[in-house]
Amino acid sequence: MRDLGPILRAMLRNKTGALLIAIQIAVTMTIIVNAVFIIQQRIELMARASGVDEANTFYLSSVGFADDFNAKTTVLEDLAALRSLPGVVDAIQTNAVPMSGSGWSMGLQTEPGEEFDGTGVAVYMIDDHGLNTLDLELVAGRNFTPQDILWREPAARNWPDIVIVTQAVAEALFPDTPVADVVGKTVYINDDESINIVGIVDKLQAPWVGWGAVERAMLSPERTLFNSAQYLIRTQPGQRDILMPQIEEMLASSNKGRIINNLNTIEDTRERSYRRHSAMITILITVMVTLTLVTAAGIVGLSSFTVNKRRKQIGTRRALGATRGDILRYFMLENLLISSVGITLGLILTIGLNMVLVNRFEMERLDWFYLPLGMAALWLLGQLAVLGPASRAAAIPPAVATRTV
Amino acid sequence: MISYYLKLGLLSLKRNPMLSALMILAIGLGVGACMTVITVNYLMSADPIPHKSEQLFYVQLDSWDPHATRDERNLPPDQLTWTDATNLMAAGKAKRQSAMASSGAVVEPQGAEAKPFNASIRLAYTDFFPMFDVPFLYGSPWSAEDDRNERQVVVLSKAMNDKIFGGINSVGESLRIAGTLFTVVGVLDSWQPVPRFYDLTTGAFNTTEDLFMPLSLKMPLELDSSGNVNCWKEPEQPGFKGFLLSECVNFQMWVELDNEQAKADYLAFLDNYANAQKELGRFPRPLNNRLSDVMTWLEIEEVVADDARIMLWLSFMFLAVCLLNTIALLLAKFSAKAPEIGLRRAIGASRRDIFVQHLLEAGSIGILGGVLGLGLALLGLQGIGALYGEFAENLTSLDVPLVLLALALALLASILAGLYPTWRACQVNPSQQLKSQ
Repeated sequence: MRDLGPILRAMLRNKTGALLIAIQIAVTMTIIVNAVFIIQQRIELMARASGVDEANTFYLSSVGFADDFNAKTTVLEDLAALRSLPGVVDAIQTNAVPMSGSGWSMGLQTEPGEEFDGTGVAVYMIDDHGLNTLDLELVAGRNFTPQDILWREPAARNWPDIVIVTQAVAEALFPDTPVADVVGKTVYINDDESINIVGIVDKLQAPWVGWGAVERAMLSPERTLFNSAQYLIRTQPGQRDILMPQIEEMLASSNKGRIINNLNTIEDTRERSYRRHSAMITILITVMVTLTLVTAAGIVGLSSFTVNKRRKQIGTRRALGATRGDILRYFMLENLLISSVGITLGLILTIGLNMVLVNRFEMERLDWFYLPLGMAALWLLGQLAVLGPASRAAAIPPAVATRTV
Repeated sequence: MISYYLKLGLLSLKRNPMLSALMILAIGLGVGACMTVITVNYLMSADPIPHKSEQLFYVQLDSWDPHATRDERNLPPDQLTWTDATNLMAAGKAKRQSAMASSGAVVEPQGAEAKPFNASIRLAYTDFFPMFDVPFLYGSPWSAEDDRNERQVVVLSKAMNDKIFGGINSVGESLRIAGTLFTVVGVLDSWQPVPRFYDLTTGAFNTTEDLFMPLSLKMPLELDSSGNVNCWKEPEQPGFKGFLLSECVNFQMWVELDNEQAKADYLAFLDNYANAQKELGRFPRPLNNRLSDVMTWLEIEEVVADDARIMLWLSFMFLAVCLLNTIALLLAKFSAKAPEIGLRRAIGASRRDIFVQHLLEAGSIGILGGVLGLGLALLGLQGIGALYGEFAENLTSLDVPLVLLALALALLASILAGLYPTWRACQVNPSQQLKSQ
């Protein structure tokens, strides 16, 4: 610590250089801490499970166009064929696919009347095989039976009398009731059409990953009579990629009055729906790495320069008895001081940028522990960067003092 | 003199190759990062139809639920009902107008090996084409009469014409779409407004549709409703017609109005219309009708992604770090040259000479950094394209103004970075420097 005095005096003689490095460290810290925080949030967002057996599920669309196309027989034949295929766990016709971005939503309310606000829920129309295909666990109540399943006409307005909802919906509608007791309750759709909740399932995401209430979904016991139908197919582990082309071919050739398209796995759908987040993560990591390198290179460059300028001075100190360790310590300590100034300023800037992001982009507040971590990282970066030039300084022989320039 | 200084500057750069490379790299990285992000932001917020974006207005009517607003900002719904879209079209009060919707259908090309496929469709009125300056390769838009008489006419995109008819002039050919025969009346040239402003409800940077046909065909052919359908109330009547006559919104509408007066007149017409509908028991909310020109509409719909804006903030801070880096290095470098500067001053160079010489040195770093930055920006844009895939398809091309901006940014940055060190270099006291030699 006895070096502190000379270091401070030397720094004060060259304030600008030290200050520039300090500001650079401050801004670097601001960017890095905020970027790490954003990355962490995106990772959490992407880690949410959709509820379905993602690795073994895929879906496709069947679009009828022929004049004699019969939606009902097509669906029944397709489902029978799909379910009897070896390697297929189960299959359903559905109106929507989790994470796909397109689907239906309705409002459910606990009291009838248009003056009451509904709770928005995603609608999945499924039959009695739905729970098995979607890999859902019943938390309470019962599954649909084959007798429950109705056919929905295009542009139909009415809803079946029973519904299965996710746990999140049960909690949103009846916050004060234990989930198991929500079974048997009546809710209202279309303001005043009553439906009875017969079952509660653990977890199924709505099709829209960006929706704040993404865990809210209701299952309606219906198959659709639209010309366009989607099939969701769950396979045995490892069978998906083998079955996909087979099933596409099988459906296309079994009925020439329709086309099969939009063949996708749930995994690809997830990748697509979260692509902007994974892209942001990659970009931010690139920015952080480059920025760290630039800042480190700046510190290396500048300290090398100072070391070269002070060669004679260092030689003199060595001649007067300073050890190599003393010289090394001198430059390390100098960097520590500059870094500390930068990091203090960086704390303020980091919180400031986070506040801007919170206010303008509705981001979350930074967790406090990111700050000490960021400080430690920047201190470490500074020390590592200066290590090279400092050891070169320590290697300057005392004999330099005796030479003239 | 200038060329001599430039030579001196380059010599000085060569003397410390590592340090010079570091400075050039820093400027290059900073400019590259900024240019990449600026390009994406610039294209996202670009005016897609600059010469008439102030004459085109998006129509919003508040036909929504009396008990709930559509949106926290108390904006009317972002689409119209079928009833309102067709009523406003029938009134025809604007210079040009087109209600529209997105749809899709199966196309069955003729020929044994041709397979039926699904095509995306934009349903619109004839004014759609002149209003948005849509370029035609062959043929022309359908007529207003075709709109009125619900004629089965279709305009193909260039890609569709290539796919179905091998790129020939297919005007007059017939094509089976959605189970009925259509006649091709026109083929578009390549057309991709960025953002695809005319319908922002299904993704602002989507590609334009495969087929265009009269919206009036929607009811007779029961064409599918793509895009977003939002209802605050279930249809009162059953079936497809019941859906069309309901309070569900799924239609967009644009009008072309030449001046403020025309805009005020049209808004008054909309208010009158809404009042008339109130008498029929519709429009239960207070009057809240809007006309937004193209750029206002893009802003309301928040077309520029938040992520792109966040990147913009971060990239400018990144550039700042790179600049601070360069300033510090230049400062160190110029201060080491003090003896040389002292000598030059002593043998007659003025402060101004020293200033110009060193600013040129800084500027040449800037130019080199700028060129490097341009290269890095191209790389960065390619990276963005790869990361975002089709979502950024139309957002990653540099144009001439952007290239000039990149170079100007680099030059400005390096001169800014060079100013203070240069000023310090000019403060060198010649006698002191000579004495200490």
